[in-house]
Amino acid sequence: MAQYKIVHYINQFFAGIGGEEKADHMPEVREGAIGPGVGIVAALGSEFEIAATVICGDNYFGENLETATNTIIDMVKEYAPDVFIAGPAFNAGRYGVACGTICKAVEERLQIPVITGMYEENPGVDMFRKDLIIVNTPNSAAGMRKVIPVMTGLIKKMALGEEIMGPSEEGYIERGIRVNYFAEKRGSERALEMLVKKLKGESFETDLPMPTFDRVEPAAPIQDIKKAKIAVVTSGGIVPTGNPDHIESSNATKWGKYDITGMDRLSPDDFTSIHGGYDRQFAIANPNNVVPLDALRELEKAGEFGELVNYFCSTTGTGTATASAAKFGSEIGQMFIDEHVDGVILVST
Amino acid sequence: MKLELGKIFIRDIRFDDKTHVKDGVLYVNREEVEKLVLADDKLAGCQVDIARPGESVRITPVKDVIEPRVKVSGGEIFPGVIGKVSPSVGGGVTHALEGCCVVTAGKIVAFQEGVIDMSGPAADYCPFSKTYNLCVVVEPADGLETHVYEKAARLAGLKVAAYLGEAGRDVEPDEIQIFETKPIFEQAAMYPDLPKVGYVHMLQSQGLLHDTYYYGVDAKQFIPTYMYPTEIMDGAIVSGNCVAPCDKVTTYHHLHNPVIEDCYKHHGKDINFMGVILTNENVFLADKERHSDMVAKLCSFMGLDGVLITEEGYGNPDTDLMMNCRKVENAGTKVVLITDEFPGKDGKSQSLADTCKEADALASCGQGNATLKFPAMDKVIGTQEFIEMQIGGWDGCKNEDGSFEAELQIIIASTIANGFNKLAARGY
Repeated sequence: MAQYKIVHYINQFFAGIGGEEKADHMPEVREGAIGPGVGIVAALGSEFEIAATVICGDNYFGENLETATNTIIDMVKEYAPDVFIAGPAFNAGRYGVACGTICKAVEERLQIPVITGMYEENPGVDMFRKDLIIVNTPNSAAGMRKVIPVMTGLIKKMALGEEIMGPSEEGYIERGIRVNYFAEKRGSERALEMLVKKLKGESFETDLPMPTFDRVEPAAPIQDIKKAKIAVVTSGGIVPTGNPDHIESSNATKWGKYDITGMDRLSPDDFTSIHGGYDRQFAIANPNNVVPLDALRELEKAGEFGELVNYFCSTTGTGTATASAAKFGSEIGQMFIDEHVDGVILVST
Repeated sequence: MKLELGKIFIRDIRFDDKTHVKDGVLYVNREEVEKLVLADDKLAGCQVDIARPGESVRITPVKDVIEPRVKVSGGEIFPGVIGKVSPSVGGGVTHALEGCCVVTAGKIVAFQEGVIDMSGPAADYCPFSKTYNLCVVVEPADGLETHVYEKAARLAGLKVAAYLGEAGRDVEPDEIQIFETKPIFEQAAMYPDLPKVGYVHMLQSQGLLHDTYYYGVDAKQFIPTYMYPTEIMDGAIVSGNCVAPCDKVTTYHHLHNPVIEDCYKHHGKDINFMGVILTNENVFLADKERHSDMVAKLCSFMGLDGVLITEEGYGNPDTDLMMNCRKVENAGTKVVLITDEFPGKDGKSQSLADTCKEADALASCGQGNATLKFPAMDKVIGTQEFIEMQIGGWDGCKNEDGSFEAELQIIIASTIANGFNKLAARGY
């Protein structure tokens, strides 16, 4: 009997059910390997078996994302596999997105290692490359023979819990995860060798291809400042004394919302700074240096703007991952939209 | 300018009645060190201890690390801070006690002082886990203002390093290295067929405890300038900052600047090393613009074909790094950057706070957000009281037995952005 169990996800086409006209095929599960799974399991050897194949039409999956995912998760759970495979989807867009979606769900909900394969231009790659091991495949099923050894090598490692190395060694599409290693030479020497090559016009490989940053379009100006509802958000680490939300002094993973109802200024007895990236001495002595409540209350009283939102939001902006910062921004932004806030003062440090 | 650097290899430190070097051992009179430190009335206490490679010892919170050196001829060590400023700094003969360091530690100044483990998993990431360390633990006088305390601790370390360096004055070095850089036209003529390469050295100068000193001048007060590479080996630059520990360019790292060392190794072989352009990382946009303009101007004025650029710190200084890169490349000098990365604990976020398309060549010094488990140590020099607050730690990261989990950020110079270590990051 095989030692390791696999469940394989494929679409209606690869199951031999039909093409576009059958793309609304509802999820079904069949015992054993079907279609591409036959070649995969043969290459894996007798220690592995494909216990079941889940089949779903690409349109059905795309149009019933949640229902299809839930149904398939239940089907997979039945078999308690050691590894879950989807596809490969090659350059089929809807199939790629389905493979990515179901792999991510299986990994997150069932904690089972997952693998899929796609051609690098498949739209599923951009959507899921950060979350999944996606084997780099040719653009059509004609390339399956090349894919099998790469995929089975990774499946074996996953089943045995062995370390998966970098994308070029293993043949998957780079996820964009930055992993440390000890190089043979120190950084200054490697940089100098890179410079010598660059000066000679020879090809060289940078350690970090420059990412493309999201740019946020500035919002339209406030129409009537005299009526505007204004909020304060800071990455300067001002929190109530004792840091009740345990926000980190660097690389923050959370933000806090703190009440300022009835206060004319932030008292150093009640508020402090926990920011690890600047000299906090002056912020601790007077937290209004970072959250300028004193000045804002004066302006509010003078009618310079409508009203001040009765809380401020705070986190620490030092060494903070951009993914965390984007998440905080979306959460805080949505809250302000819901509460009809017109403008926000962002105080950085 | 020509410097003869005599290296005296130190293989142990022991306490003794007299401070001297014999057969590769540095003997230290503990009382004299304590007296020297306590001569400053801003410091109320001083404890001196020894930490050796392989011992179950943790040193924290660490402020600075300094290699003891002495000027046998040609000026004085740490000019403008301990010694006198003179034009002969960077020339003559210097002796270095290589393999040992002065480590200053003590009550925390900010959150940005780090950890050195002499053994265990963290030792792989820290250059000072491999050196014999004379630890000087200082205690500030009551009510001492933060900035005054930082200065007192900084000077204490430098004084002790200069004092220990004296012990090597008359000792015959185990190895002698000669470094020479000639005036610009002579240097250019020396290897006419090799590309002219310079080093753009960005000093941490954000202010408010993020300072570096050049001949005693606060680095945020100068404008970009040229320096002979050998000046730095005599302590023309000293650290005075509390940047994130992993990124800290300690005074040791200024003395042992890896870019300068490696440029000299390649000098006359595949490059013609022309010297150092010193610049800073000020927080004001006007300074950033002006100083990156001047760096680019100096590169083209010196006729440089290529430069290496390093930074100290992350986040805000990334903007200086990219401005320098963009302007220098566009002025016709090829650039390779050296820096470290902060892509979050899961490694999935963007590594740098700023980018530019000209930054097509970068050597990574590793990512500082990766976490590591630090076992409890038999002995702690300093205090573990602040671990959870130090950069890289978090609320609840420390266990009762003294073990803790933290990001690599907490280890002194673990991802130092000048290429000193072999640690690097790659895309998975």
